Amino acid sequence: MKYEMVIGLETHVELSTKTKIFCGCTTQFGGEPNTHCCPICTGMPGTLPVLNKQAVRYAARAGAALHCNVQTRSIMARKHYVYPDLPKAYQVSQFDLPLCLGGYVDLSNGRRINLTRIHIEEDAGKLVHTRQGEMIDYNRGGVPLIEIVSEPDLRTTDEVLEYMEHLQTTLRSIGVSDCRMQEGSMRCDVNLSLRLPGATEFGIRSETKNLNSFTSIAAAIEYEYARQAEILGAGGVVEQETRGFSAETGETSSLRSKENSDDYRYFPEPDIIAVLLSEEEITAIREALPELPAAKLRRYVDELGLTPADAKLLTKYRAVSEYFESAQAGLSPKTAANFIITTMFAEITTEAEREHWNPSVSAQNLNELLGLSESGKINRATLKRVYAQMTQEQKPASAFITEEDTKSFGDGELAEICRRAVEENAKSVADYKSGKEKALKAIVGFVMRETKGRADAIKAEQEILRIIG
Amino acid sequence: MTSITRIHELLVSKKASAAEIAEQYVAAAERDNPEMKAYITITREAALSAARAVDEKIARGEELSPLAGVPFNMKDLISTAGVRTTCASKMLEDYVPFYDAAVWEALQTQDAVMVGKGNMDEFAMGSTNKTSYFGAPLNPRDKSRVPGGSSGGVAAAVAGGTAVYGIGSDTGGSIRQPAAYCGVVGLKPTYGAVSRYGLIAFASSLDQIGPITANVRDAAIVLDAISDKDSRDMTSRGTAKVADRLTGEVRGLKIGIAREFFENLPSEIENSVTASAKALENAGAQLVDVSFPMVRYGLPTYYILACAEASSNLGRYDGLRFGHRAEDFRNLEDFIRKTRSEGFGAEVKRRILLGTYVLSSGYYDAFYNKAQQLRRAISNDFAKLFGTVDCLLTPTTPSTALRFDARLSPVEMYMTDICTVPINIAGVPAISFPCGFDGEGLPIGAQLIGRKFDEATILNAALAFENATASEFLRPANGGVSL
Repeated sequence: MKYEMVIGLETHVELSTKTKIFCGCTTQFGGEPNTHCCPICTGMPGTLPVLNKQAVRYAARAGAALHCNVQTRSIMARKHYVYPDLPKAYQVSQFDLPLCLGGYVDLSNGRRINLTRIHIEEDAGKLVHTRQGEMIDYNRGGVPLIEIVSEPDLRTTDEVLEYMEHLQTTLRSIGVSDCRMQEGSMRCDVNLSLRLPGATEFGIRSETKNLNSFTSIAAAIEYEYARQAEILGAGGVVEQETRGFSAETGETSSLRSKENSDDYRYFPEPDIIAVLLSEEEITAIREALPELPAAKLRRYVDELGLTPADAKLLTKYRAVSEYFESAQAGLSPKTAANFIITTMFAEITTEAEREHWNPSVSAQNLNELLGLSESGKINRATLKRVYAQMTQEQKPASAFITEEDTKSFGDGELAEICRRAVEENAKSVADYKSGKEKALKAIVGFVMRETKGRADAIKAEQEILRIIG
Repeated sequence: MTSITRIHELLVSKKASAAEIAEQYVAAAERDNPEMKAYITITREAALSAARAVDEKIARGEELSPLAGVPFNMKDLISTAGVRTTCASKMLEDYVPFYDAAVWEALQTQDAVMVGKGNMDEFAMGSTNKTSYFGAPLNPRDKSRVPGGSSGGVAAAVAGGTAVYGIGSDTGGSIRQPAAYCGVVGLKPTYGAVSRYGLIAFASSLDQIGPITANVRDAAIVLDAISDKDSRDMTSRGTAKVADRLTGEVRGLKIGIAREFFENLPSEIENSVTASAKALENAGAQLVDVSFPMVRYGLPTYYILACAEASSNLGRYDGLRFGHRAEDFRNLEDFIRKTRSEGFGAEVKRRILLGTYVLSSGYYDAFYNKAQQLRRAISNDFAKLFGTVDCLLTPTTPSTALRFDARLSPVEMYMTDICTVPINIAGVPAISFPCGFDGEGLPIGAQLIGRKFDEATILNAALAFENATASEFLRPANGGVSL
């Protein structure tokens, strides 16, 4: 690439409080239009906001998890613009005194992406296109948001995606947001400019608004790179402007230039005097943080010996990592990790299901089952069968294991059956010896049939190979 | 003018029923209103039905709250579910709220009887009531005079005897100035004493709801009924109950006289207010000469802050969800522009423009920020003064009620608020009470300013004055009910 990208992100995340930021309406996604609203969140004359303390605590928790300096006193401010989804013609946000300052995200390539700030604000409603024309749905209006503003520290699409994934994983793990991009509970604006490698000055940036999927983020960045590179390559000057992205065309287009940009006329919200958190409250919020996914991932790799790829899969959702940790207690971590990733993840395909990981087999029951297998009390076939039964009926492994299953095969007994298998399957033996590897499976199959699946197939295979040399 | 306590006595002694009293006030309001215009909406049925409920309580022998069955006028910017709340604007001519303001809830629990919604300056912006879309109410003392503003209809109803008391709002003098012009008592409580929930905002950091009454004791009774901490208004704290603590005793009270409030006054006003100071001194108070040089910064500070907040608060009137709607438009932007151009009057537009300007980038520091610094300085000066005196006595207005045909520039009109705006800027309480009449028989108002959440001191001092002068300045105007 000829140019270096300089990218800063403004990420909006809806907080998962039960009620809206200034009133008692539910924050639940969806619902019949305009059924989750009241005089306050529709900005009826005379109404006043009452700041939801839980939203402030969640925002502070997010700040603590992202290593920010959480402020004891911050100020809500009115940001003015006219749009039908904004019923008061101002959005209550924060301006010069936000809740959190600083903070950072560490990337796997060793680079640290600094955060400028995190502030609290209210979401707007949304426009709905119907056959009767443009309609407004205020259900989302007043849902609490945080905006996480990064410094222009990001340089590549991969870094941006990892940064976003880090925010998503971290904020989910501390329970402050479900970060569902498809439902708009997480979205970002990309500020991007180009410069020649080695340059120290920033170029002129464009801001692409409201990207609501990883695919869109990547596509918008690629498009903006190409567009700006073409302008610069032709000796032109990039215009500072706000752009929109179309997922259908994969292109960005100008929404408004800097000259036409809104003058937000911020001033302190007089109806909310100040957002106050005591030092004690902030300390308590910090101390109550669980082990964060980034630290957990390091621990899984360093202490449990998992591969980084497996560790990432297991730490992405808190429900999964909690399940894994209780399922692996007292066992080899790899046993549980492999079983969850290969067997259980195969049963679920969507991210949403992983996020709400709630398998029919409890972690305790799986732990018991894997324990039986690891100690050799049952063989793989039994493990598989019992697991399948356990997914049907929520009972412990012992409920499905018969005496037969656990009847141990002395090495002598297994050797005897294997000898018989070799004798009675002469053709397969010959095939194997002539190079047909698959023939070995037939001989092992004989052993398994004879033992009604109780033999350990791997041990049987080793024994057969020993006999036929 | 009939007092709240008088009506209460009539009801308790069963000399009159609440329904009879309500009928008299509603009928008087209906009779006078075509000319006097103190009301925008008269709520006859609701008033009579509330009164009948009071009579049932009396019949059952239940105890009556002080405001039960007492007819009142509520400024038409306090939300009343089911009763249109217009802010005296074309913009809200047909707007009917679907929730009750906190004060209206509080008054309903007291079995209050609302005669109707009081006329006012449009969106509470004005000092004459001439900006009302529904026509200006007349001053019952002299029909060629304005009643003052912005709670002009409320003060005119009380003075004119079509309401026993009124609920107004005061952003820069809107309770006290019309009270002074109409010869009644007006109390602006401490910012935060009364919940603003349901009060249609003009300038949120300055607006405060308060009573307009026939005498000082009534003001205390109404304040007690409406002041409370409200979980729906983060700026509300309530204030101590005062009616039971009113003694009219001022011995040892230190009253500050700040000469800056007395500059460029007509001699009649200066003499009246000085005479009231003397009367209080004779009653045992101590007068202390003090200085308050920040007075001259009051008006610019006030108009910057109030207009900035107003420009923001009035952004929601776009015709999309409620209120006036333009009929002929090309697109959304055109619709909003036309709706607002048609719906707002000239004074409202002037203040929106002024407020938008002072908040715009490049001007914010020069105007809004500087005004905020001045607000802090003015508040600090009040706090300092209240370290040496218990309250301040000043005139309420630099003139008596203006003639309707007086031609004033906007700035000259703003000057009529010079004595009242610093009080809102500092958030302290102040009361205006009648203290004399000018050569033409028009009432003159004096203002007592107190410490935050210490309404008791200024109410006591005003009551002491009332007692010392045998209520000689509390004269009823012509018309209305007298019981």
